[in-house]
Amino acid sequence: MSGRDGALALTVLAALVLGLAVGSVPLAPGAVVHGLLDPSAPSAAIVRQLRLPRVLLAFVVGGGLALSGAALQALVRNPLADPYLLGLSGGAGLGAVAAIALRASAAWAVPLAAFAGALGAIALVYRLAVVSGRRLDPRVLLLAGVVVGAFAAAVMSAIIVLADAPTLRNALLWLLGGFGGASWQSLAVFLLYALLPVFVLFRSGRALDLLALGEDTAEYLGADAERTKRLVYVSASLLTAASVATCGIIGFVGLVVPHACRMLWSPLHRTLLPVSFLAGGVFLVLADTIARSILPPLELPVGVVTALVGVPLFAVLLRRTLA
Amino acid sequence: MIVAARNLAVRYPGAGGRALDGVSFEAHPGQLLAISGPNGSGKTTLLRALLGLLPPEAGTAVIGERPAVEWGREALARAVGVVPQREETVFPLTVGDMVMLGRYARLGPVAAAGRADHAAVAQALARCDVTGLASRRVDELSGGEWQRVRVARAIAQEPRILILDEPTTSLDVRHAMELFELMRELVTDGLTGIVITHELNLAARFADRMLLLDGGRVAAAGRAAEVLTPEVLAEVFRWPVAVSPWRDGSPQMTPLRPSERDQGAVS
Repeated sequence: MSGRDGALALTVLAALVLGLAVGSVPLAPGAVVHGLLDPSAPSAAIVRQLRLPRVLLAFVVGGGLALSGAALQALVRNPLADPYLLGLSGGAGLGAVAAIALRASAAWAVPLAAFAGALGAIALVYRLAVVSGRRLDPRVLLLAGVVVGAFAAAVMSAIIVLADAPTLRNALLWLLGGFGGASWQSLAVFLLYALLPVFVLFRSGRALDLLALGEDTAEYLGADAERTKRLVYVSASLLTAASVATCGIIGFVGLVVPHACRMLWSPLHRTLLPVSFLAGGVFLVLADTIARSILPPLELPVGVVTALVGVPLFAVLLRRTLA
Repeated sequence: MIVAARNLAVRYPGAGGRALDGVSFEAHPGQLLAISGPNGSGKTTLLRALLGLLPPEAGTAVIGERPAVEWGREALARAVGVVPQREETVFPLTVGDMVMLGRYARLGPVAAAGRADHAAVAQALARCDVTGLASRRVDELSGGEWQRVRVARAIAQEPRILILDEPTTSLDVRHAMELFELMRELVTDGLTGIVITHELNLAARFADRMLLLDGGRVAAAGRAAEVLTPEVLAEVFRWPVAVSPWRDGSPQMTPLRPSERDQGAVS
């Protein structure tokens, strides 16, 4: 383990402890650890029931988004690719907003509708991008994603505009994303969906290194380009769909974290993918901590924070790397 | 290990005619085969079909003893090193990392590179005279350095067969000569070598055999003296040429200007 790896591990740990310590009832790091270890400690209820599932959920969702972004950027050979670029956010948003407008009251209704909407968008984009029934063309994939996303967004906008004020507010809040509804149950459901895609993506690192050179070159160097493309697209999409269903559309993590990791760490995906996962987790835990503690008792949408904090950070990083 | 096409025909989906039609040849260990022909004559299509990326409509492409389409990609990458004409550098790697990509077919998805892999990379870098560039980024290389790095990556695959697709495009005289010399050395060491090139004159001097494609068919094949005749070349390239022997006896082609056409006919 190099110094860099150690620093990353420490950062992950520090972010998790910070996320558990900060909140409407501030806790000292000692009280956090005490609450984690001892169920009868005074801080145990806050730490274990309220903050721990939320912090862990933010961590795995952030990690999933960054991992998806890194993999998709290699797949379409475009550093501007984003997990939401492929039509997912439009589909998920449409599903969720439709459920909200229909006043679906069960707790699981909106996430389920969002997940279904995302899956619908994935299926449509995938169908459009598989040229002549055989090859998956990344350029067509991008275009199809943009078109499907735009169409879904248009329908969603129509629903929002025609809806009444409470629906409008709820829909907007959902669209901006947040972890207000986090629980051990939502964490468990997310992990159930995320585990397999994460595993598949982690194993695709080397194939993605080769695929980034172009498909023929990748094949000549031993990768099965077609299989890699399909596996990566489906895994990254499912992972993103699960995160959108769990906590709404949180932008920016999937675009910027992979970039930063590529600059600071390595462009080789066998390292980049796990590092992006950890860094994305840290980023979203910190963003959520800020979102719920900066204007108490109000909670900012976490998507607002990721952009407000992430953009300046990324701008500085970009300047430094280019200098 | 041989590379062979046996009456190979390929048609792109939806295309009217065949992109390759009735192509046959065999390339053997210790020999360098040069494949040439006009733009669009099917050279890169032949490469893709030989490596199993295009299923033949008729005939077979053979690598070793088996049809190319029956090979798994990893096994094929351990047997055949290819330097394609073009590739993308969206996420630029260092030269060392780039050459290590040649080991991926031996490493599998997760295993860390071992001593044998690092040794193969070091050897390939040295062989192509790019050891000093190992920590440079590939998007900062000159055209000649970039080509040598890509050849190094193919050598790091430790292949039995090495195929270069237009390796000297955009290279100056020295770098083009160095690349052909390197290819010749590797072939002399026992590799089966194929080079796709427009450099007919260099091909005539370095290659053991030549294959001239025209419109997806073999226009001529054999030793350079048999292939590079004024008649064949004029017909294939639709331009009159003169051919005269260099000191080593290899035929050297000079394209003629319109005012020189009468003299061309005599030589």
